[in-house]
Amino acid sequence: MNGRGRWAKTYGAPPWHLLALALCFLVAGYAATRVVDVGIWPGFLVWFVGAVILHDLVLFPLYSAADSVARSLTARTRRRGRTARPRPTGRRPAPINYLRVPTAFSCLLLLVWSPLILRGAEPNYRAAVGLSTIPYLTRWILVTLVLFAASALLYVLRRLTAGRAGR
Amino acid sequence: MPDASREVKPAKKGRLRGWSGPPGPFRPEFWRSPLRGPWLTSVLGLILLAGITLVAITGLVSYAAYEPRLPGNDTTPGRGLLGFYLFDWPTDPVWLYRVTQGAHVVGGLTLVPILLAKLWSVIPKLFSWPPARSVAEAVERASLLLLVGGAVFQFVTGILNIQLFYVFPFSFYPAHFYGAWIFLAAFAVHVVIKLPRVVHTLRTYGLRDYLRTSVADTRPEPPDPDGLVATDPAPPTMSRRGLLAFAGGGSLVMFGLSVGQCVDGPLRRTALLAPHGRHYGTGPNDFQVNKTAASLGVTPARTGDSWRLALVGPHRMALSREDLLAMPLYTYALPIACVEGWSTVQTWTGVRLADLARLAGIRTGSTGVTARSLQRGGYFGQASLSAAQVADPRSLLALRVNGADLSLDHGYPARVIVPNAPGVHNTKWVRELDFTQERS
Repeated sequence: MNGRGRWAKTYGAPPWHLLALALCFLVAGYAATRVVDVGIWPGFLVWFVGAVILHDLVLFPLYSAADSVARSLTARTRRRGRTARPRPTGRRPAPINYLRVPTAFSCLLLLVWSPLILRGAEPNYRAAVGLSTIPYLTRWILVTLVLFAASALLYVLRRLTAGRAGR
Repeated sequence: MPDASREVKPAKKGRLRGWSGPPGPFRPEFWRSPLRGPWLTSVLGLILLAGITLVAITGLVSYAAYEPRLPGNDTTPGRGLLGFYLFDWPTDPVWLYRVTQGAHVVGGLTLVPILLAKLWSVIPKLFSWPPARSVAEAVERASLLLLVGGAVFQFVTGILNIQLFYVFPFSFYPAHFYGAWIFLAAFAVHVVIKLPRVVHTLRTYGLRDYLRTSVADTRPEPPDPDGLVATDPAPPTMSRRGLLAFAGGGSLVMFGLSVGQCVDGPLRRTALLAPHGRHYGTGPNDFQVNKTAASLGVTPARTGDSWRLALVGPHRMALSREDLLAMPLYTYALPIACVEGWSTVQTWTGVRLADLARLAGIRTGSTGVTARSLQRGGYFGQASLSAAQVADPRSLLALRVNGADLSLDHGYPARVIVPNAPGVHNTKWVRELDFTQERS
């Protein structure tokens, strides 16, 4: 076995792979020493690791579960609709995405702007901007209503055109 | 987003040789979306590569714009080698910081849905079992902790900071700056390792075929060595085109509801969900306030007739507002552009900083200035400007805005306004201009 073969067998990738990663850890490690130097490392570490947990083990399972529920609900209403009257020959749009998209957008806006919408930022915000965060809840509700209305309108239109095409 | 239903089919007996790892997400059958695969991840990765590059560069530029090498300006004095790229921040073009910092903040907000979609597309890999099949994989996965942690950390701290929601147990500046370097180190190595595969995947499958496929015709990608493609796919509820439009639509919503805080005129009202697109009224002083006088202990009593501007240099003097108004006054339309991403152009009238430097006995262009505010507490009660910034004829100690006296919240009796400087360097309620600065 030559040197390259032995390396590949023990390491599992070409040498440049390790070199690139070593450089990454060098830079990141140096930045980490700066974090220690400024004395904020415990909070920094908690938030850094917390960020991974927040996304991978909280946010992702939550929206996946919500999506499963929404899918099983819309699938059930579709089935019920089919038994009630004969299935149209045209391609009917699946309702799931017309629920999924406005819900996701609305939740995204709430997730990002929750300090304003739920008014957690009120004291600092008022001190800086001189105004209250009160309007943000109304604005978010308004945007949410517009999103759902637009989605519902689109769904009805698609269904109508699909029904006509099937006739 | 379309994902697998949570029920897990029992592993087939023939495939089970001994223990095949923990159940649930650690089994490949758990992940059932027919959309996941190298093609989708490659497309999202490329979009993110372009977006993150823009946000990273504009972020690093913003640190340079703070002129951290001038006395008292540095928010991260222990930066060491990480400030290697710092350069003198120019006063031209006047809109540069407005554009770069607007791009940093609004760009970051716009990327949130793309980042979420990208993380969704690769989430099965988080649970891949065994955790590593080689040393190389173990090392690479350690770097992914820095990549994902760094990305979410940077986005979360940035998003909380622009909303003035300081719940993190550290100062924003060092955390966001050092966090950026940790993230960028992991990001760069991830690009180096993955880009060849992205190029190969997109060369093999192209863009058009997958983008044209309808929901009904959507099939999983061919099996891949990374295990992104579902082994037991559920029926599709969305096409790949649909998923990209879904993420892109989310970006459009984020962008459309926040970009208004970077423009003036009626379009500013479109910033419905952005912290600094607020409407104050129609008067000359009715534009975005950041840091009110009341919150920083600046009262009318301290800014009234007894107020004096102290000039510190070879000559020392104290000037009243009347003294300043008697000097040659100049008017320029200049932007205020905040690190929090918002900006607005207003028309400022005041005394040239260069004229004040001469009064203090300073040869124009030979030294910078440190402006000190009446404010009590808070960050940026003082800011240092470079010699080049002081020498620019448009750099003013502003006394009026849009033809009216400055309001107390906008810095009455006098504030600094410098072309292309970050907002916090336009010190409000100036009590002292110190021209005895030395570069650190």
